[in-house]
Amino acid sequence: MFPELNNLLNTTPEGAEQEKLTLLCDAKTDGSFLVHHFLSFYLKANCKVCFVALVQSFSHYNMVGQKLGVSLTTARERGQLVVLEGLKSAVDIFFRPQEEPHPLQFLREANAGDLQPLYAFVRDALEPVDCGEAAWRCPVLLVDDLSVLLSLGVGPVAVLDFVHYCRATVCREWKGNVVALVHDSGDAEDEESDVLLNGLSHQSHLILRAEGLATGFCKDVHGQLRILWRRPLQPTTPRDRSLTYQYKIQDKSVSFFAKGMSPAVL
Amino acid sequence: MAAAGTCGTGTRSTGSMVAAASTNNVTSFQRRGPRASGADSGCSRLVSIAGTRPSVRNGQLLVSTGLPALDQLLGGGLAVGTVLLIEEDKYNIYSPLLFKYFLAEGIVSGHAVLVASAKEDPADILQKLPAPLIDDSYKKECDEDVCSHKMEPDIKMKIAWRYQLLPKMEAGPVSSSRFGHYYDISKRIPQELIETSKWHGFFLPEKISSAFNVESCSLTPGYMKLLQFIQNIIYKEGFDGSNPQKKQKNILRIGIQNLGSPLWGDDICCTENCDTSHSLTKFLYILRGLLRTSLSACIITMPTHLIQNKAVIARVTNLSDTVVGLESFIGSEKETNPLYKDYHGLIHIRQIPRLNNLIYDISDVKDLAFKLKKKLFTIECKQVHGL
Repeated sequence: MFPELNNLLNTTPEGAEQEKLTLLCDAKTDGSFLVHHFLSFYLKANCKVCFVALVQSFSHYNMVGQKLGVSLTTARERGQLVVLEGLKSAVDIFFRPQEEPHPLQFLREANAGDLQPLYAFVRDALEPVDCGEAAWRCPVLLVDDLSVLLSLGVGPVAVLDFVHYCRATVCREWKGNVVALVHDSGDAEDEESDVLLNGLSHQSHLILRAEGLATGFCKDVHGQLRILWRRPLQPTTPRDRSLTYQYKIQDKSVSFFAKGMSPAVL
Repeated sequence: MAAAGTCGTGTRSTGSMVAAASTNNVTSFQRRGPRASGADSGCSRLVSIAGTRPSVRNGQLLVSTGLPALDQLLGGGLAVGTVLLIEEDKYNIYSPLLFKYFLAEGIVSGHAVLVASAKEDPADILQKLPAPLIDDSYKKECDEDVCSHKMEPDIKMKIAWRYQLLPKMEAGPVSSSRFGHYYDISKRIPQELIETSKWHGFFLPEKISSAFNVESCSLTPGYMKLLQFIQNIIYKEGFDGSNPQKKQKNILRIGIQNLGSPLWGDDICCTENCDTSHSLTKFLYILRGLLRTSLSACIITMPTHLIQNKAVIARVTNLSDTVVGLESFIGSEKETNPLYKDYHGLIHIRQIPRLNNLIYDISDVKDLAFKLKKKLFTIECKQVHGL
């Protein structure tokens, strides 16, 4: 996790909030550093994490996690972390068909699949086991990323349904959190992506949006992060709070600074 | 005491083996870290494969794209286990060159090569690969070219000249331990090199028979067959480490030409709302899954300028690792622009992956142009005239 981002979000691993849906979004840049942040944050907060890793292989997340101070292999062995590796599972389903339902079963189907098996997988992974002592703090579902599901033939409504089911179970019933990354296609006119993004934005409590700079590539400022706190279910509360920072990604951390205050400029 | 003695001799003998291996392998800057490879199969002992080198930044295993200038732009080379997507130029004149460089580099380095095409017989494609340049003639090329500013600074050239002392690439067994070669496009690759190499071809018209019993899974039959073919080769030849009989470790280079064009049975380039709109993206996802779990690297050329639906191009870019776009000046107003008179087109590095890392190697130079000379394809920083 990045300590500077914790300060901006006003959270610590010990005092992490619960029952929240956090939406990570990136436009014209790569927002995967946010995924690494939340993964290591919740592992350090002693939460039980179900990580649906659809984009990269497990060893990639593991290596970055080690730079950030968590070992994913240890967490997996301990039972704190359950990982669904999308790339590896896709190869398994595609070439070695199995009888029992697989979370990524929709890859084998011709028409737009539904994500029921995936939801069942998440539910089984995060179900609180009643063993007398509270082993983990709260369940957390982390998805990287939902836009890949659109590319694989799942409709945006099915993805929204999946997130809704997960929220109902993980957030409401088990008082946990859900974090998901979605790509904003910008001017690529991707209607499905827009439907998904708008639908999720309305449901989220916290939106972190990483944007590339409007002026193009810069060596010292990699992008801009907009943080938006929302209260989706209470229309009478005061207006949503929003902050904007620019950031630069380094080898083991990300540094944030106010707009125009990059150390390279001052 | 005796045990310690035997242990000592044991380590000394393995040490000498390692030394012998490293004299063959030119890259003496091998990191001794536990993770020195990119593939998932836990192969940290495989840094001694010919034609590969570990990345300076994170020990990722890299292969050359066949164009040393492009290798530099991509941060040292193409990572094993990733996809290099080339967005074709409008008339498909320059992207086949990059495709051929990649395959030629595979043959010259002794890698296994898999060529897939819907248009041309893979055997013909291999016949037309460029010949590797013997170092003397490359030097002559450079001297002839008076006003060329190469991407590599002069110091690198001096180091490259030392490699001239290595055995020349005339004929004989395919074993070049160098990383990255230069090729002469005007000459064909020697027949002996092709014959001694291990290659597999996938020519779509041959593989698609009239009665296909494909279970419908929204992948066009051509893509389905190609995926099965690739998976079969990877499994049979042991590139994913699962076959206990195949002990020799080598890289599989996969080249897929004109993916997404109508010849593959995909109408994504013909209409905006096509029925098989997810076929191409599903194919890329599963292909990447295959690559990540094996010692292979893949180059795909795709006519993205023909894809009507911009959303698909964005999705394809997100599903690929490295994306390079070629824009040729033929037929555009840039052809007569004096700013571009020395060049044939622009080259855009659209995406570079962050693998096992938060950051990536990205060069500062953004204005890159390419030029096809009689024998060489060069990439240069755009020279601004008249300043």
